[in-house]
Amino acid sequence: MTPAFEIHDMTVAYHRRPVLWDIDLQVPEGKLVGIIGPNGAGKTTLIKAALGLTPLASGKVEIYGKPYAQQRKMVGYVPQRESVDWDFPVSVHDVVMMGTYGRLGWIRRPGRTQRLLAERCLEQVGMLPFAKRQIRQLSGGQQQRVFLARALAEQARIYFLDEPFAGVDAATETAIVELLQTLRGQGCTVFVVHHDLETVRHYFDYVILLNMRLVACGPVHSTFTPENLQKTYGGRLTILDAAAEAMRQGEPGP
Amino acid sequence: MIALSLAAKVMLGAGLLGAVAGVVGAFAVLRGRSLAGDMLAHAALPGVVLAFMLTGSRNLATLSAGALATGLAAIGLMTLAVRWTRTKEDAAIGTALSTFFGLGVVLLSRVTRSEAGGNSAGLNSFLFGEPGNMLTSDLVLLAVVGGAALVIVVLLFKEFRLVSFDPDFAASQGWPATGIDLTMMALVAAITIVGLPMVGVVLMAAMIILPAITARLWTHRLQTLLMLAAALGAVAGAVGARVGHGIPAGPAIVLTAAGLFLISLLAAPEQGLVVRAIHELRLRRRVAQDHLLRSLFELTESQLAETYEPVTQFKLLRADRHWSASRLRRLLDRNQLQGLLTVAGDSVRLTPVGVRAAAEAARRHRLWELYMMRFAGAASDHVDRSADDVEHMLPASVLLELEAELSTAPGQRASLPPVPPSPHPTEEPAP
Repeated sequence: MTPAFEIHDMTVAYHRRPVLWDIDLQVPEGKLVGIIGPNGAGKTTLIKAALGLTPLASGKVEIYGKPYAQQRKMVGYVPQRESVDWDFPVSVHDVVMMGTYGRLGWIRRPGRTQRLLAERCLEQVGMLPFAKRQIRQLSGGQQQRVFLARALAEQARIYFLDEPFAGVDAATETAIVELLQTLRGQGCTVFVVHHDLETVRHYFDYVILLNMRLVACGPVHSTFTPENLQKTYGGRLTILDAAAEAMRQGEPGP
Repeated sequence: MIALSLAAKVMLGAGLLGAVAGVVGAFAVLRGRSLAGDMLAHAALPGVVLAFMLTGSRNLATLSAGALATGLAAIGLMTLAVRWTRTKEDAAIGTALSTFFGLGVVLLSRVTRSEAGGNSAGLNSFLFGEPGNMLTSDLVLLAVVGGAALVIVVLLFKEFRLVSFDPDFAASQGWPATGIDLTMMALVAAITIVGLPMVGVVLMAAMIILPAITARLWTHRLQTLLMLAAALGAVAGAVGARVGHGIPAGPAIVLTAAGLFLISLLAAPEQGLVVRAIHELRLRRRVAQDHLLRSLFELTESQLAETYEPVTQFKLLRADRHWSASRLRRLLDRNQLQGLLTVAGDSVRLTPVGVRAAAEAARRHRLWELYMMRFAGAASDHVDRSADDVEHMLPASVLLELEAELSTAPGQRASLPPVPPSPHPTEEPAP
């Protein structure tokens, strides 16, 4: 069976400085996947590269065996909460509607179908009573729920969530995890950038351990081991750092 | 074609320009690109003069082409500087803006000197704007460019909104986010350039920015914001052009727009300074009233078993809160007007309504104190101060939760006040 998500020999660089080296991994369909690693390990970069938001220096990314560009409608994205201006003049409902734009295409206006879909997605994250609110008036947890509802409105098969639990209340965290488990139950594959090692076993059934290179990728019970964690968090590989810096400078070191 | 008087033509043109600049400027402002419009306007000057030197024509379309060329060159150089050197964006914009403007002024002085009083006289109007020179063909060009810009905004409203709110998300759906971004900026560029002879390169940025930030004060909806920005821009343009007898029109238009902004800053609902000051005053009054009522409750708590109109002394009340005598008098007067208490000489008597309000104030305070002691482990002699900060802000829903938390049987709902049964049959929905 084709894996839902596959990365071949991918290297990603910012300003010629590599931040991810030679990543190779496969994830089967219907998994809830934690992307784990220290700060600066390239977790967000992995997601952005998978979504085509960051150019690849080499390698390729495939969704159900085809390049991302052909499979966009199968993918939902929840960016980091801080990536947008929450003072922007739109309502909660407007933001969720944006999830439907991808399937609408140029110029066509969202209609009744899209409105009902947006309401259903808001209902799923418990934010329907806030539909008319201006987004500035929301708490951190509510903002995160709105972003999740927007991704649900994309009606995807694979979801990428960038730090959905950062700065949210406990009730929201539980609600989001339950929703993600429901999605998995429907056959979706969900990737989550996650920080809290305590909850990894509890939330996920698959992990990607990352620290500038792929440390391990596989089922939680066999992959989320003390040895692999030691490799992931046991300090950065100073040689990779030095090599990356040399590439940025663009000349051989002394 | 209907023949228009010059004054009518000028008003129409300035109003039209203001409206369109307000709409396309809104996207630039929301995207955090307000200064790009300013740079473009300044950098257009050398292009205008060069186009005149090369062709010898004062035709607006020709001059606009020149303006666009140097404007885009400035944007290109700025982008390169940010990308390939360590220059920050604001420094790069400032540098490109003043360098191109300087070049423009030098070229302009050469042209006007070599052809004093000749064909070049109108070029000076590009500095501060002179709508009085407007030809009918200029008005037609303005209407065509402005109309086209509005049609594009209406057609691509969904795309513009998406990209200006969250470009990464837009790109993940497959939208060409950079291209849409550039389209928004191109509209700003086009309007800036056709507006130059009217408002001038120095002041054009204000036409892009002011209507949008003024409209933002009045609304949280993007559609409303765009329409409001158009209206504000049109009013500023038309009014500014009208009063511009003797005053240069460009500054008059910009000052009108700034006046509208100032008025909005004061009068806008929610974010206006006046409304915020009133809120602040109301809150302070409520806090003072809460404190007074709680002091009254605590001073008379022992009498409540016997009477619903307990009495205390002015002296005692003053000592309880360290109020100044005059402040306490004013506070008592205000509460007397509300029927919560009566003051007779030095004695203060709560009315039955006042007792109820006082008990409610004390209840809020104590519930919070108990909560902090029980659930946050605060010491009993510390909770008074923290409760003082919080209790006035507690919404009714939180208060109900507090009550439920503190009730002896956890999970029990907050108690309802006793309601007597209805004396007549009431309609109940069928089960």
